[in-house]
Amino acid sequence: MSKEDYEIVIGLEVHAELSTKTKIFCSCKNEFGAEPNTHICPVCMGMPGALPVLNEKVVEYAVKAGIATNCEISRNSKNDRKNYFYPDTPKAYQISQFDKPLCENGYIEIEDENGEKKKIGITRIHIEDDAAKLNHNEFGGGSLVDLNRAGVPLIETVSEPDMRNSKEVENYLRKLKSIYEYIEVSDCKMQEGSFRADINLSVRKKGAKEFGTRTEMKNMSSFRSIVRAIEYEADRQIDIIEEGGKIEQETRRWDDVSGKTFSMRDKEDAQDYRYFPDPDLMAIRLSDEYIENIKKNLPELPESRKARYINEIGLSEKDANLLTASKHLSNMFEEASNICKNHKQVANWLLSDVSRILNEKEMEAEEIPFTAEELAKMITLIEKGTISSSLGKKVIEELFENPKDPEEIIKEKGWIQISDEGAIKEVVQKILQANPQSVEDYKAGKDRALGFLVGQAMKETKGKANPQMLNKMFIEELKK
Amino acid sequence: MKVSKEEILHIAKLANLNLKEEEIDTYLLHLQDILNFANIVNNAPVEGLSETIGANKNYNVFRKDEIINFEDNEALLANAPEKERNMFKIPKVIQ
Amino acid sequence: MEITKLTVHELKEKLANKELTITEITKAYIDRINEKEKDIGAFVTTLEEQSLQKAKEIEEKVKANEIKGALAGIPIGIKDNICTKGIHTTCSSKMLENFISPYDATVMEKINNENMINLGKLNMDEFAMGGSTEYSAFHVTKNPWNLNKVPGGSSGGSAAAVASGMVPWALGSDTGGSIRQPASFCGVVGMKPTYGLVSRYGLVAFASSLDQIGPITKDVEDCAMLLNVITGHDEKDSTSENREKVDYTLSLKNDVKGMKIGVPKEFFGEGIGPEVKQKLEEAIEKYKELGAEVEEFSLDIANYALATYYIIACAEASSNLGRFDGIRYGYRTPNYDNLKDIYKNSRSEAFGSEVKRRIILGTYVLSSGYYDAYYKKAQQVRTLVQSKFDEAFSKYDVILTPTSPTTAFNIGEKKENPLEMYLADICTVSVNIAGLPGISIPCGVDKEGMPIGMQLIGQKFSEETLLNAAYTFEQAIKFRENYKPEFKNK
Repeated sequence: MSKEDYEIVIGLEVHAELSTKTKIFCSCKNEFGAEPNTHICPVCMGMPGALPVLNEKVVEYAVKAGIATNCEISRNSKNDRKNYFYPDTPKAYQISQFDKPLCENGYIEIEDENGEKKKIGITRIHIEDDAAKLNHNEFGGGSLVDLNRAGVPLIETVSEPDMRNSKEVENYLRKLKSIYEYIEVSDCKMQEGSFRADINLSVRKKGAKEFGTRTEMKNMSSFRSIVRAIEYEADRQIDIIEEGGKIEQETRRWDDVSGKTFSMRDKEDAQDYRYFPDPDLMAIRLSDEYIENIKKNLPELPESRKARYINEIGLSEKDANLLTASKHLSNMFEEASNICKNHKQVANWLLSDVSRILNEKEMEAEEIPFTAEELAKMITLIEKGTISSSLGKKVIEELFENPKDPEEIIKEKGWIQISDEGAIKEVVQKILQANPQSVEDYKAGKDRALGFLVGQAMKETKGKANPQMLNKMFIEELKK
Repeated sequence: MKVSKEEILHIAKLANLNLKEEEIDTYLLHLQDILNFANIVNNAPVEGLSETIGANKNYNVFRKDEIINFEDNEALLANAPEKERNMFKIPKVIQ
Repeated sequence: MEITKLTVHELKEKLANKELTITEITKAYIDRINEKEKDIGAFVTTLEEQSLQKAKEIEEKVKANEIKGALAGIPIGIKDNICTKGIHTTCSSKMLENFISPYDATVMEKINNENMINLGKLNMDEFAMGGSTEYSAFHVTKNPWNLNKVPGGSSGGSAAAVASGMVPWALGSDTGGSIRQPASFCGVVGMKPTYGLVSRYGLVAFASSLDQIGPITKDVEDCAMLLNVITGHDEKDSTSENREKVDYTLSLKNDVKGMKIGVPKEFFGEGIGPEVKQKLEEAIEKYKELGAEVEEFSLDIANYALATYYIIACAEASSNLGRFDGIRYGYRTPNYDNLKDIYKNSRSEAFGSEVKRRIILGTYVLSSGYYDAYYKKAQQVRTLVQSKFDEAFSKYDVILTPTSPTTAFNIGEKKENPLEMYLADICTVSVNIAGLPGISIPCGVDKEGMPIGMQLIGQKFSEETLLNAAYTFEQAIKFRENYKPEFKNK
């Protein structure tokens, strides 16, 4: 049998670090990138005698996430200890939620490979503490434990095994990420590890009812590596089955350099987490009023923004989709549009040149280095005729490299558009003299020749001539 | 319930304890003794009773999301058996 | 005047009317420690110089009117599982032999706010697991009433130090009887407050849902005074109760007329020593004389509670003690090549046999396949125990039982038989299982002259009723005037 005879079944466990001010069970600052072990206290470092107290914002954020993903919010919930030894887990247990998560039975809607709508089930969302960071020591050998991340609040979003290919996974993750960004519970920066996906993947013969044995993959830090990992792992499993082998249920680590997955733990280490209710923490009971209140104050979700873009601004569904896929992009769209009052142009620039450059650079929208104001200013400069739109493309590129006021950029680079009639006339005459054949062609009725002449003039002026004026003046001159 | 030698070794492994050969039998005997006694919980008339998690019944004990820096960072690291660049040093592990 | 024989309320009075100075008191205790500690072995760490220094400072400040407070300058001893900033906190374990806490437990902050003087850290069974203080990794503590006998445990150092006059009072911790039983063995007063009344922040956890810090004192009035100091809501402990502060000394009315006392007959059955039973019966008569209404009733929970106790306590302990892994603090084995060796060898070399035994039991009952049969069942039994107590307290103000089935046993007698040692907790553990307050006060001695303890149990937050009941009895029998430890090998 071949690859086409198999169906891939994928479910995801997504960990998002919450953007609270403090950690989940202590008052230490929740901040990425600080000096090692500077945001620690007896609680998050697991000192003898220290006790956890739950951060109220963590519950609120998790409930927000649950509401935004159509979950049922549990009225009764609790925290459980998950016991295991690892140097990134200072208490030797993680405080998670075992059988009573805060949110259950939700879904989000994504587009499948063919652009059709598809619901992906959310099994549960629960709260837990993040692990410490282990750094490898290049010089002295050994590893070094930095506890700044220990106790950073996480929500784990577990999906149903509803996805069938890497495209659906990518769409699901982008959708989930944008929802969490919109409701402001997480900054979802994959490269900083504040949005991480573990992938449960199995394969089965098409038409089979039972799921195959699944593996869990960890350590993918970009959408690209997620797609690659899925493709690699599906092939690996199909090959094993085709050769008559059996899939081991295990955790595998994705290695981005070799493009392969590797088994993570030695097999004799059967895990038994010995979950039990954490006696240091009290039950969580949420009232209808509490939940309603969060619902009422939930920021606008991507679906609603999308509808607004289509109905009020008149964008196409496709453009509205693309713009709202990232909160950052969508915010930039709204802010820039508000400043320059030209929605269509802002959408065009964001979806064409800006998106192209992001793609080339493998960057996410939140990494766009310039501000909405700078983008709006550039669009205004085009409108006013200060620069041409082809110069605009150059300005955008420059904004990615060295973001600053576009007016300054064009001054520095000498990109100001030539709109002076005398100067334009000079160029037009020069080009006409140099291209007698084109002049003849035009006069013989070949309109294409005009385009060539304008192109030559633009080349001559390094793109700085006002294209409308050029066009007009060529026509006038040729008529003479 | 009878506890086997394999079981106690598995449990010791989960708890990260080494049991010396001569200790195993003693621990096995003690564990068996205590479990035999503890088994009476299975005769208790508890049908329909809920489980008690803690000794008090409070709920929603939360903390405000306000930063308080621990005042003596140095003291937090002072007990470390081995450290380097303000981090706890351990033999190399691959994550 | 023998300063170290005085109670704290007597010391307080003599400080107030300037019969004594703060340094005189501290000095007297240091002298007493130097005299008696070699026989008793109650301390893990003594703080002679620091405490004398502190006494001088406080005395100056009191003179200059910079600090007030009736307890300023009163010394105290602290069980060595309560974190003290800058001072060793060892839990009597090789694991923490060199551990210096970076922070103060909440109760220590309260003690320091009163400007009391910490004389030292007191010996205990390792990580509070045991009932004889023989499981200390450092040394055995001896019972001042007979140096061949154990002081009880796990707060054996605290009880022995108070009984021998090396500290005027002390803090202990009680998970299944660890304050009350040593208080009983050493002829002093020990109280386990209602769960949640005293903050556990900074108490090195043995079993989080059972642990509670409490006073060990010479008499009931001191007990009320120390309870005043250590109680109160703490935002750092989620299990701490948010209640209005009470002045417990105001509850000592010396009057139990009309008080309803229940005597559960199951607590006087098989296994309870005849002399213990006899003294308790005398105590019951005394209460009747004092005007209380005493009634026998059935409370058939002791065995269930004991089984439940060992399941829950060990399960929680197995998880609580995971953090001792040789990475951030505590003992690290010199024998390692890899991470796994650090874990296994550090823990195996630094935990004593009783701690390992309980970790193994606790890991077992939580492990997959056994959770429902043990841990889950135990939690249901816990509900049962609570409801039986609730039922009893609908009829009685106080429940009266022995604190321990026997008086102090000989050193070495039970050390090798863990189950027998566990069974000795039969009278005390149900109080922790239900989260109730319990107090042990001496009610007489046996033929060998060893103290016998009586336990009074109240409903949640009924410390005032318990203290009054204990106080009234104490005033009637005058135990301290009639019996004194002899510091002899008998």
